[in-house]
Amino acid sequence: MPDAVLQGERLAISRLLTEVENDTPAGQAALNQLFVHTGKAHLVGITGAPGTGKSSLVNQIALHYRKAEPPLKVAIVAVDPSSPFTGGAVLGDRVRMRELSGDSGVFIRSMATRGSLGGLAVATAGMAQVLDAAGFDVILIETVGAGQSEVEIVKLAHTVLVVDVPGLGDDVQAIKAGILEIADILVLNKADRPGVEAAERALLGMLKLGHPTKHLVQHHGKLEEVLAPADTAADDWLIPIRRTVATDSSGLPELLEMLGKHKAHLQQSGDWQRRERSRLHTQLQGLVQHTLMSQWRNQISDEEYSQALDKLVARELSPRQALQALLG
Amino acid sequence: MAEKKIRVLVGKPGLDGHDRGAKVIARALRDAGMEVIYTGLRQTPEMIAEATLQEDVDAVGLSILSGAHLTLVPRIIELIRANGQDDVRIFVGGIIPDEDVPKLRELGVDGIYGPGSPTHAIIDDIRKLVNQADQ
Repeated sequence: MPDAVLQGERLAISRLLTEVENDTPAGQAALNQLFVHTGKAHLVGITGAPGTGKSSLVNQIALHYRKAEPPLKVAIVAVDPSSPFTGGAVLGDRVRMRELSGDSGVFIRSMATRGSLGGLAVATAGMAQVLDAAGFDVILIETVGAGQSEVEIVKLAHTVLVVDVPGLGDDVQAIKAGILEIADILVLNKADRPGVEAAERALLGMLKLGHPTKHLVQHHGKLEEVLAPADTAADDWLIPIRRTVATDSSGLPELLEMLGKHKAHLQQSGDWQRRERSRLHTQLQGLVQHTLMSQWRNQISDEEYSQALDKLVARELSPRQALQALLG
Repeated sequence: MAEKKIRVLVGKPGLDGHDRGAKVIARALRDAGMEVIYTGLRQTPEMIAEATLQEDVDAVGLSILSGAHLTLVPRIIELIRANGQDDVRIFVGGIIPDEDVPKLRELGVDGIYGPGSPTHAIIDDIRKLVNQADQ
């Protein structure tokens, strides 16, 4: 299976994605073999509140990468939530991506969160690795509709787009911690709607607070960069705001240009390697936790565990005392 | 190892613009714990086969109300099989005249459901057939 994936065979890719998603031994073995071929693709995360137009924007970004010279191969991983009650899911992101069908340089895969809370599924990173090894140049990862703290994507993607729309909140929303903080590029979608000026002002205000020495200003209706004093680091990335209308593709060429600039910035500044390292650190840590947890759980009987839990419920032990009792 | 989830593509091939039935089915399958990929309206057979390939689904449910089932269904099955997906199960729902049912069965359709079909029957059939395919 790994050889066929390296050659870009679509059925093999698709079947391996299923194995990886289900965390089967076959999927794990294939990932071991493929790992050496990963690390080439540009991983771009697209996140934002439900209904901000993430899927439409992903569709447009992919279309524009396909029209680029030379055209880039694009894979899309679109994540939608699983029901916390039944485990089922309706994955509807493809509805907005019909223009991409029939193009063999595009591969779209939908996945459900299966209980994960950070906006991605546990297997999303592994699935991105499969697509990376299969030779896709850009992997667009669309998170679930995010609230304020679904920020896992920052640990996976090289470049994070946070999509906002006019009318969602004022400048206090904009300075809160969380999702806006993880943006490398802020996208103001549905920019043909009323309130776009106010929304952009609120976002700009937040950015200025973050970069007090270096910022963009609105000057005679034009965005201009105010240069930083000499003591600020020259490799600081200045988070840009790009207005788009994903339904008619306006603002998309400018957004793509900015994606290219961010990639170049990451490579020149050494951030590409730093992000790679922190991404693999997160993945390794997750694996260690998961494995140690299941090893430990296999060592003790259900009875031992529920006895400790009973004592906890009866307030005979505190949670930490129960921990000591279990770990011995 | 994570639990094996049944993945089903629900598609609306052809030109009729009425997807209430498809959405009811998508919702019912979701509530039965399945992962449903919904493709939206006015899909060509090529689009449905491509999505079936990329999503590696266990079953495909087609909702057709236009009367074009004897044109659309064979083409979709042919394309899916040509992609090498021999074990994907095919279900058809919508307005299918009785005399067409044997023809569709012969083409390899695993289940046919007209108006008023109870959703639990569809769910049971999908579970049964997909589990058979896995063995």
